[in-house]
Amino acid sequence: MYFYTYDGSFEGLLTVVFEAYERKAWPTAIEPEQLAQPSMFGETVRVITDEGKANRVWLGLKKRLSVSALESLYYTYLWEQSGFERLIFDYTRLVFDSPESVEGNYTAPFILQVQQIQKQVHREKHRMEAFVRFQKTADGLYYASISPDFNVLPLIVRHFEKRYADQRWAIYDTSRRYGVYYDLRATSFVQLENPGVTPRQQSKLNADQYDENETHYQMLWQVYFDHVNIPERKNPKLHLRHIPKRYWKYLSEKQPRLQ
Amino acid sequence: MNDKVIGKLKILADAAKYDVSCSSSGGKRKNENKGLGNAEGMGICHSYTEDGRCVSLLKILLTNFCIYDCAYCVTRKSNDVQRTAFTVQEVVDLTINFYRRNYIEGLFLSSGIFKDADYTMERLVRVAKKLRQEEKFNGYIHLKTIPGASDELIKEAGLYADRLSVNIELPSEKSLQSLAPEKNYSEILLPMGSIKDQLVQAKEESRLFKATPKFAPAGQSTQLIVGATAESDRQILQLSDQLYKVYNLKRVYYSGYVPVSTDSRLSIITEPPIIRENRIYQADWLMRFYGFDVKEILDDANPNLDLDIDPKLGWALRNRYFFPVEINTADYEMILRVPGIGVKSAKKIISARRFAPLHFDHLRQMGVVLKRAKYFITCQTKSLQRQDFDSEQLRRRILFGEGSVRSALLTQQLDLFQRAG
Repeated sequence: MYFYTYDGSFEGLLTVVFEAYERKAWPTAIEPEQLAQPSMFGETVRVITDEGKANRVWLGLKKRLSVSALESLYYTYLWEQSGFERLIFDYTRLVFDSPESVEGNYTAPFILQVQQIQKQVHREKHRMEAFVRFQKTADGLYYASISPDFNVLPLIVRHFEKRYADQRWAIYDTSRRYGVYYDLRATSFVQLENPGVTPRQQSKLNADQYDENETHYQMLWQVYFDHVNIPERKNPKLHLRHIPKRYWKYLSEKQPRLQ
Repeated sequence: MNDKVIGKLKILADAAKYDVSCSSSGGKRKNENKGLGNAEGMGICHSYTEDGRCVSLLKILLTNFCIYDCAYCVTRKSNDVQRTAFTVQEVVDLTINFYRRNYIEGLFLSSGIFKDADYTMERLVRVAKKLRQEEKFNGYIHLKTIPGASDELIKEAGLYADRLSVNIELPSEKSLQSLAPEKNYSEILLPMGSIKDQLVQAKEESRLFKATPKFAPAGQSTQLIVGATAESDRQILQLSDQLYKVYNLKRVYYSGYVPVSTDSRLSIITEPPIIRENRIYQADWLMRFYGFDVKEILDDANPNLDLDIDPKLGWALRNRYFFPVEINTADYEMILRVPGIGVKSAKKIISARRFAPLHFDHLRQMGVVLKRAKYFITCQTKSLQRQDFDSEQLRRRILFGEGSVRSALLTQQLDLFQRAG
């Protein structure tokens, strides 16, 4: 039995694949270092992330998989639910050990599972692109906070870069405690570590930190939202299916009406 | 100025909401000038109203002053409602500020007709022009084409807009004559034809010259009102079919008539025909994505869609001799025709069966919905059904049998009737 630990990064996980193949020692479990429990049985292999090794694995996958299949592997990493490391490993092994392409073989459990995860993560990504609501601050920054079900922030950066090229903006993931900031030239990942403050507080600004017109536009948006509705067609079930309640916290139109 | 804009927004959003189009997809406008916005690729619904409809665009009228008196329209001249108008700058400010906060994909601008068609159209164009040229706005713009506006104005509109639309509203000339006596079909179809010609021309030119200015890259659409007049579903869908084929429309929207008027020229209805509208949309999808001909969906014997079951199931029940379909060998086109199997499931089936013969468990794991499909397919010649049913039995089993619930929409509509009664 082999227990692998890694540093939690995608490159680290690919390095695990490399090490396992080199040793021909297939993992029983793969876990991030800080979460791993020492085991009485079997051998624990502590893998140090190595860009060179990770790259070789990635290039090997690139030769055998389409861009969208590679993407779904990365999506599985961002999915973050328990067992995702093993799944990525099993999928990768299936790819390397099969003489022919396995893509689209939905009768194989790993392939089907990765495809279903891809769908879940993609939906969350799309929701964040839709439900992010920027608030303009007094110094002209457009700011939004999110706490998505999966770690989709890296996936939505490109979308917002293309869209808001002429305004400074930042999106902060309050549950994973990191964000992205675009300064009109480039986007960078940022961490607002302030030990005394909870993530919730970090994401909230004081009233005087907002642009003077911010409340006005939020109010106009609420007015628009209310008046574009057709009461004769009310359909709460459909409404909830499209915007489940857990997303309401983002949406200014689902907050109490401003006066 | 603030309160004034709020008041106007209330009135002019209210007046625009019966236009159901809200699509923001199909554009190809990229943000290449480091400006604001991007309209390439997929559309995004940024919110949903309580009636369950997508909110993608800021959909407003420029004004609800109107010289026409169309019976079905809330903005008709004889209706006693408050009238107002946005200035060009107010619409530009709203659009830009909503867009910057990620509320919307862009603007859908329509208008009542004040003075005359050209005067109105010219103002709509001016909004779009200002957004594109002064604000460097690359988001989505959908402009309504005012019937009777000049060719030059329509041409200019197409340079700034991603999509143009002319609403037909009433599905037959006869209804149009009785409900909107100031309009006629040729006046509506004329700009539609001219937009189509421009689209074709722009496409040909872009093949020759790379720098050809884009003309309404997301094409044109229209809307038909359902239930205000007596047309059958067959008449409505035949008209749509023609519009897709002859005028290359990207979309025909159907708007279940919401009674906004007690005009005696109208059919008397108390509730918007939500289920009927839904079935017509399903039929429209069958024509556009499932390879169905309008004649297969409705014919002389069946001029209206069955409200209880979806039109694909309806077709399958009338054409049992095509079934059962063997999942492991049938063509993609035939798998698409199985009730309950959609485009995504059909593609997955085609992909997976290259590797191994499929059985029912595979289908379940892949997420193929078998509730209806199981009566119409076999996997390796095996069927999930032990006995044969005739079409009437099948219909009953699917609707009521085996713990099946009636469609949520139908239940809702029944609720509404009960409340009304």
